[in-house]
Amino acid sequence: MSILVNKNTKLLVQGITGRDGSFHTSKMKEYGTNIVAGVSPGKGGQTVDGIPVFNTVEEAVQATGANTSIIFVPAPLAADAIMEAGDSGIELVICISEGVPTLDMVKATAYLKKKGVKLIGANCPGLITPDEALVGILPGNIFKKGNVGLMSRSGTLTYLMVSLLTQNGLGQSTCVGIGGDPVAGLYYQELLQMFQDDPETEAIVLIGEIGGDAEERAAQFIKEHVTKPVVAFIAGQSAPPGKRMGHAGAIISSGSGTAEEKIAAFEAVGVPVARLPIEIPLLIKKALKID
Amino acid sequence: MKIHEYQARQLFRQYAIPVTDDVLCHTISEVENAARDFNRMVVIKAQVLVGGRGKAGGVKLAKNVEGAVEAAKKIFGMDIKGCTVEKILVADAVEIQKEYYVGLTIDRNTKSVLFMVSSEGGVEIEEVAKENPDAIYKIPIDADLGMTDFLARKIAFKLFTDMNLVKQAVDIFKKLYKQFIETDSSLLEINPLVITDGGKLMAIDGKINFDDNALYRQPAIEALNEPTEDEQKELAAKESGLTYIRLDGNIGCMVNGAGLAMASMDVIKHYGGNPANFLDIGGSSSPKKVIDAMNLLLSDKNVKVIMINIFGGITRCDDVARGLVSALDSMKIDIPIVIRLSGTNAEEGLKIIKEYNLPTVNSLSEAAQEAIRLVNQAN
Repeated sequence: MSILVNKNTKLLVQGITGRDGSFHTSKMKEYGTNIVAGVSPGKGGQTVDGIPVFNTVEEAVQATGANTSIIFVPAPLAADAIMEAGDSGIELVICISEGVPTLDMVKATAYLKKKGVKLIGANCPGLITPDEALVGILPGNIFKKGNVGLMSRSGTLTYLMVSLLTQNGLGQSTCVGIGGDPVAGLYYQELLQMFQDDPETEAIVLIGEIGGDAEERAAQFIKEHVTKPVVAFIAGQSAPPGKRMGHAGAIISSGSGTAEEKIAAFEAVGVPVARLPIEIPLLIKKALKID
Repeated sequence: MKIHEYQARQLFRQYAIPVTDDVLCHTISEVENAARDFNRMVVIKAQVLVGGRGKAGGVKLAKNVEGAVEAAKKIFGMDIKGCTVEKILVADAVEIQKEYYVGLTIDRNTKSVLFMVSSEGGVEIEEVAKENPDAIYKIPIDADLGMTDFLARKIAFKLFTDMNLVKQAVDIFKKLYKQFIETDSSLLEINPLVITDGGKLMAIDGKINFDDNALYRQPAIEALNEPTEDEQKELAAKESGLTYIRLDGNIGCMVNGAGLAMASMDVIKHYGGNPANFLDIGGSSSPKKVIDAMNLLLSDKNVKVIMINIFGGITRCDDVARGLVSALDSMKIDIPIVIRLSGTNAEEGLKIIKEYNLPTVNSLSEAAQEAIRLVNQAN
């Protein structure tokens, strides 16, 4: 078991003929992900890496039975691509595109909710269930199959955390990059519930950052619904207020959204918070009583 | 992106939202003329892109022309939280019966536009939110539905009972929502919205922020941008594919990825050092980008040491190392550099760095500690 993606994932790539789309399609395929189709309007009938390309998501789903879609289209077109996937029988949509206008995401998330379709991102590195499916731009070689579930608002910081886990012999069940935008799809609470319900996951790593109050809400959710051990890290402890730290959502506004508040919220519900990345594997070992 | 109050007022007028008359002034004599034309009580307001100007003395009432000139003399050139006042707005000081707060923002949790009103207007809404959260009425707006009559009425009745005021408020709320959506705003506030002695609702101050991700489709809004010196540097960096934010420390940081860049700053702080900047060089490892990043770091004279932290994912560390070495070959750098590479092909990358006779470290903690040691040595 794992969450969201596995051996049964039949992946569709929206924007498969673009530079990023074709590059990461080959990387995902190399990892062993079952990619069944690509979509690029006007390029139906072509193939990329041996994968058939269709003009619309609907055609691709009908022809191949794709159940998951990953989006690599330019930001101005991303919300439309998300909604097309939601309209066409896809169950899970992952949007990698960075720089999507927030009001576009307001519209797209509302539509997917209405359709009962799950979304991850936008502006995220995707997700991976080691040895089963890589759906995103994460470097597959740093992951190792195991029982730690991980969720994060960041990309390279996640890779650093994962490599620290792997170096310490701690494999992962599924790792999910939820993205750095203010309005995004699945967030901590939904993922915490999924990891809680997943028999393979024994401990959870939550990597948050400044901005918003999602971490505070996650802390409350953990207190009420999560019995598995959770450990956390918050990036941006030294960030100045009022400045957007790279990610659109990473901003301390009017004194709220600070790392201190988030760390305090987690510690108040018994979730240990690492001050340095290197402490994460140690906290997990402690939680799982591994020497 | 933020805009000044005078620009927010212009946008309100474009959407036919009632706002008091005003004149933008750059000199004392312009203020004098404006006050003379009003020929009644005016309010002299500093135009700066930071909050708290009232407390800093940047807003003054003036009964007559002499008072206006005296206030303007004090306010021009005033420093408000690091911003120098170069523009003053002279606005009609209407008689006020009562003040209200109206705001729209994007709510991350409901993933929708949030409409907020309060009868405690004219003060900082963050303070109201902390001390008396029940005094703020909040309602998420359904994106499909938009601001319908019944919704606007429902919100208006939270503030007013007089139907004349309710009708005016409904009209303003619908226009505000339209403005918020059409201009890709991320925050839009009228604070305060007032009832004048004549029983009219009017905006007498406004604050608007816009979604940076949407500026590509808002050329008229983008044209309103008046970046500060630091922001100009940040915008120039953006053109080279770099995200740069200047801070006040002395350890220049170069990192790939925003989260890792923040974490690197945190680790420096943890060991007692001070980062000079946030700098995310993104995914690519081209020598040009590394050179641009180096130049950016060196343009800050406070920088005494450079710490480079790269995690190779799809980007391979040996590629980054080659980029670095060719960048270093092409420029003269006379301050120490601490390099940490990890992830894909880190060993090959480190070998290249070592062959170039540059010191490397094994962990982020070690990198931060070494950078701090070198700073202390330089001082």
